[in-house]
Amino acid sequence: MLCQRCNQRDATVHLTKIINEEKTELYLCEKCAQETGQIPFNNNPFSFQNLLSGILNPELSSIDSVQPELICDTCGMSYKEFTKKGLFGCADCYETFSSKLDTLLKRIHGSNYHNGKVPQRSGGNLRIKKEIEQLRKELQLAIEHEYFEKAAELRDQIHGLVEKLEGE
Amino acid sequence: MSLKDIINNNLTYWVSADGPERDIVLSSRIRLARNIEKLNYPNRAKPAERAEVTKRVIEILSRQEQVKLHYMDVNDLPVLERELMVEKHLISPIHAQEGSEKGIFLADQENICIMINEEDHIRIQVLMPGLQLGKAWEIAGELDDLLEGKLDYAFSEKWGYLSTCPTNTGSGLRASVMVHLPALNLTNNIAKMLGAVSQLGLAVRGLYGEGSESVGNIYQISNQLTLGHSEHDIIDNLKGVTKQIIDQEKQARQLLLQKMEFKVKDQFRRSLGLLKYAYQISSQESMKLLSNVKLGIDMGIIDDVDSGVLSELMVLIRPAHIQKIEGKELDETARDIKRAELIQARLNM
Ligand SMILES: [Zn+2]
Ligand SMILES: [Zn+2]
Repeated sequence: MLCQRCNQRDATVHLTKIINEEKTELYLCEKCAQETGQIPFNNNPFSFQNLLSGILNPELSSIDSVQPELICDTCGMSYKEFTKKGLFGCADCYETFSSKLDTLLKRIHGSNYHNGKVPQRSGGNLRIKKEIEQLRKELQLAIEHEYFEKAAELRDQIHGLVEKLEGE
Repeated sequence: MSLKDIINNNLTYWVSADGPERDIVLSSRIRLARNIEKLNYPNRAKPAERAEVTKRVIEILSRQEQVKLHYMDVNDLPVLERELMVEKHLISPIHAQEGSEKGIFLADQENICIMINEEDHIRIQVLMPGLQLGKAWEIAGELDDLLEGKLDYAFSEKWGYLSTCPTNTGSGLRASVMVHLPALNLTNNIAKMLGAVSQLGLAVRGLYGEGSESVGNIYQISNQLTLGHSEHDIIDNLKGVTKQIIDQEKQARQLLLQKMEFKVKDQFRRSLGLLKYAYQISSQESMKLLSNVKLGIDMGIIDDVDSGVLSELMVLIRPAHIQKIEGKELDETARDIKRAELIQARLNM
């Protein structure tokens, strides 16, 4: 396909820009990409990281001067460094930078809540909560269909799980 | 050993085995990014911490009988062996570079490959021939459960699996398919397709080319979003879109036959002729011609060559493979000559 800027050369650079939660797709040739400063064009495998830091940085520059720098106690990563590298240094970085992550993750994914697999061990209460949710749905169905014995059974199960949750 | 035997010995599972929709979908891949709680991520970890990751994973995987995996330290592998793995799409180019405590767990069939201390502590990858995302997810999920039974993963209720890069946060899942779309390209529909696909939260990139361009009409389509969607939905979405792309490609092939029958027939045969009689050939030219030949086979126009040639040769003609087959280091010209020989041997198999 042709470059969207000059319409002459082949578009070899594909950019996904996310600005104010609006996603735009750009197809540019190498020259136009360089001229418009879209990305520092090179074959560096980390160039994606540069791209990512482009998404992160505009926000930083305005807030940076007002707020003290966030630094992760565990690994020593600062928020500034994180936006440059586009990589977290450890799991605790998430907690340390949490005030900024909702916006950031929403910009990248359009969502800021996990909705997938939950590990048995580190999943903590989430697994139980999901199970309770599921049982409540079944309970509703059982009542609607007047399966009262089944409903009583489900109610007991839910009670058991709720107690387990509160006990922890 | 004959060249034919050598070729067969160097084929990895996903390029040589059969799978559903194999005429258009060359392979399916599932990748899960996982990290261990309380250990710094590889970009921040000291050698001792990286070694701890390796130690813990080896401990778990050596004490189970569910799946047989071999462990290799990247530094212990000859450079050529690492390059071969990159060419087979088993490890990333970054992981092939020397570094402390970088590890690889590989299944005999090479359909499972776990990278240790790449961008994340653990990257589970499953590669299958054809459109088999569900099956690949099943295998990857079982391995994930196996590891998770003994390891405390970095996980939060809100954000899911806490990956090193925020673009993987959540499910840590990257599902992808590699597709061959020559007719969409010949009918000038590829840009439209690329645009439509990127509207759906998927990313497309051309393989063996730069940016969105592709040499050999091979594209990789993958999910871009990992947070807020279940693994099941991510895979279903990609599978659904892939099926639509398959339909579009098939329609484009019909169109080619209706509108340009003689032209495409001529092009396919010329491509086969060049591949059969060239004395030296670059990998770029090979890919272009092989793509035409495969299309000719899949459209029933070429019938004396089998459809597996493209997926097999696109890996075999790359520099490390040629040098492995030849058993010595070769410069570019020597490789071009060897490449032509190799292609001819495979076309006659
Ligand atoms: Zn341009
Ligand atoms: Zn940290």
